[in-house]
Amino acid sequence: MSEEPRRERPKQRGIKPKGARQPGRSFGRPVEAPTMQVPMVARFPAGWRVIGAKEFAEHLLSIRFLVLIAIMGLVGVAVVYILAGNIRDAAQQIHDSRYANGQPFPVFLILFTFSPGGTNAGFAGISFAGLITLLLGPLLGLAFGFDAISNERSEGTLPRLVSQPIHRDDVINGKFIASLAIVALILGAVMVILAGIGIFQLGVFPAGDAGLRLLAWYVLAVLYIGFWLALATLFSVVFRRAATAVLVVLGVWLVVTFFGGQIATVIANFFSPAGANSTVGQQVNNLNLQLTIARVFPPGLFNDMTSAILDPRVTSLNYSTSSSQAIPTLLPLSQSLLLIWPYIVTLLAMTAACFAIAYVTFMRQEVRA
Amino acid sequence: MATQAPVAIRTRGLEKRYGNNVAVQPLDLEVRAGEVFGLLGPNGAGKTTTILMLLGLTEPSGGTAEVLGLDPARNPLQVKRHVGYLPDNVGFYGGMTGRQNLRYTARLNGLPRDAGEERISGLLERVRLTEAADNHVDTYSRGMLQRLGLADALVKEPSILILDEPTTSIDPIGVAETLALVRELVQDQGVAVLLSSHLLHQVQQVCDRIAIFVNGSVAAMGTVAQLAAAQQSGAQIQLEVGAYGDAEGVAATLRAVPGVSEVTLDPFDRRLWVVTGEPAVRSRIASALLADGKTPWHLRDRGMELDEIYQRYFQASMAAAAGEAVAADV
Repeated sequence: MSEEPRRERPKQRGIKPKGARQPGRSFGRPVEAPTMQVPMVARFPAGWRVIGAKEFAEHLLSIRFLVLIAIMGLVGVAVVYILAGNIRDAAQQIHDSRYANGQPFPVFLILFTFSPGGTNAGFAGISFAGLITLLLGPLLGLAFGFDAISNERSEGTLPRLVSQPIHRDDVINGKFIASLAIVALILGAVMVILAGIGIFQLGVFPAGDAGLRLLAWYVLAVLYIGFWLALATLFSVVFRRAATAVLVVLGVWLVVTFFGGQIATVIANFFSPAGANSTVGQQVNNLNLQLTIARVFPPGLFNDMTSAILDPRVTSLNYSTSSSQAIPTLLPLSQSLLLIWPYIVTLLAMTAACFAIAYVTFMRQEVRA
Repeated sequence: MATQAPVAIRTRGLEKRYGNNVAVQPLDLEVRAGEVFGLLGPNGAGKTTTILMLLGLTEPSGGTAEVLGLDPARNPLQVKRHVGYLPDNVGFYGGMTGRQNLRYTARLNGLPRDAGEERISGLLERVRLTEAADNHVDTYSRGMLQRLGLADALVKEPSILILDEPTTSIDPIGVAETLALVRELVQDQGVAVLLSSHLLHQVQQVCDRIAIFVNGSVAAMGTVAQLAAAQQSGAQIQLEVGAYGDAEGVAATLRAVPGVSEVTLDPFDRRLWVVTGEPAVRSRIASALLADGKTPWHLRDRGMELDEIYQRYFQASMAAAAGEAVAADV
């Protein structure tokens, strides 16, 4: 086609003509030209690692990170401050109660579960674990996920990023891992501060069972925040504008956290009605159905996990007519974990579902701005 | 055939539909090593969609694409490793410096660290960003971003370079430099370049061959000279004439030249007359004007410039499309 004389025959770098193939097809040429050959790359770098490392570094230097670690730090200090007045009494009381197997209660844990309660305490009346469940966990997840993908779009970096030799899911994976690592860092730091102050306040060191339980709860809390992160990431894929994603995640959080209980009650009353005249069996059925439905919502799920892990006295998470007659005993950590195993699986499944939808949506989306 | 340079990109019947909308009609395209190929067309003509299909970032609805002998839909990583892409409206991470942005690209391509650093410094030098290299990208102008984008596309030492609107929002000097850099790459390294643009003069300067896209299909393909020749095949030619003297007098002289069939005022430049006639009038006009004492200051063949070729192909295709639409309605 090009009949113009070429200015200069190019020197070709790493190009070996493969020889004419499939003669016959032509664009007005008698013989088809050979294809340009390049050396195949044997191994590609793991894209998610490169992306994750960059995102992690960027988060660490971001204002967002500073603000959240400040909020979390303040909350931690506030919790300890509020507890300071009455935690010793509470600890003494629990410590003095006797258990069948004679084990001492790991009092250190009440640092994280004790609710000072009181009148008009508001959020200040909630335990640290409760705050993570209701408020701070969703906040952390939202903060590090809501603009994960939409930011790449609005900055115009997405086409450049996905035209590098990486898979498209590397983008989501790398960002998720980086955000999860940041969240784990923040939560870990705050828990260490809290524990440090607690050691002074209570004069007890979180050794043995208490330490392991705290560690287990920490891992589960990171998983729980991971769910919110996955949800926020999903919305950052679905909605092109970060503001929309924030509003939707906030909406989900509000409904699930503050109306989850009511929704569960309404549904339970419909399927398993119980009133003042019902038998005990009916009432228990109704309550258990409520609990089951509430566990569809991650805060309910995580709340149950917290009770089982941070309180070894909890031996069952359902209502039962016989539990009041059970011999009071402390469960070993392995048994507590066994108790909440289905909950962990459910939480992971919900996170995986968010991921799956995010992947599929992202794959089908157009790359261009 | 003059050249037997190896084929870098080849498409056969490559097409893209969104529901009933056709974004790219079956497209046969061949870009060779050491060639700059221009995709020309208005916004929304299917240029970017074609590019995305070549990169495996959009699944074609039909036909095949072969980039370096590979199917980009099936082997996207190999293709993307060897194809440098400068997207339309390229963006960078504002909180990172220019150098850090390029470093990220190098790492995503698995370049060894020290070799990557050397290459990045060299590229920044070539696009004249050495001084700004360690400033945050937030502080860059649009033109600097565009130049950084070119360096970014070159970090992986590509065998094929795909540039989507590479010169929009660059100042004229920057444009000249960018185009010179592209030509240099082509000549020194035999890179194949696919360049999309609606800036016709630049395309004409830098491209060996062009394809004119209208409404998702290629209206014409070839070198600028070939396209011009195809346009001039009719018995009538058009000349632009400007001469000193009163306007009507010039027009009268022009009308009197044997072989001239029509003389009209150029609607875009009212100092000029457009003369339609047989090819022989080329040699007669100047002498006729001089004989009448009206010295010509401008005499030019219409249709040799890319923008004129483009205009005509564009108009012809739009007219054909409109005709089809009417036929479909009936």
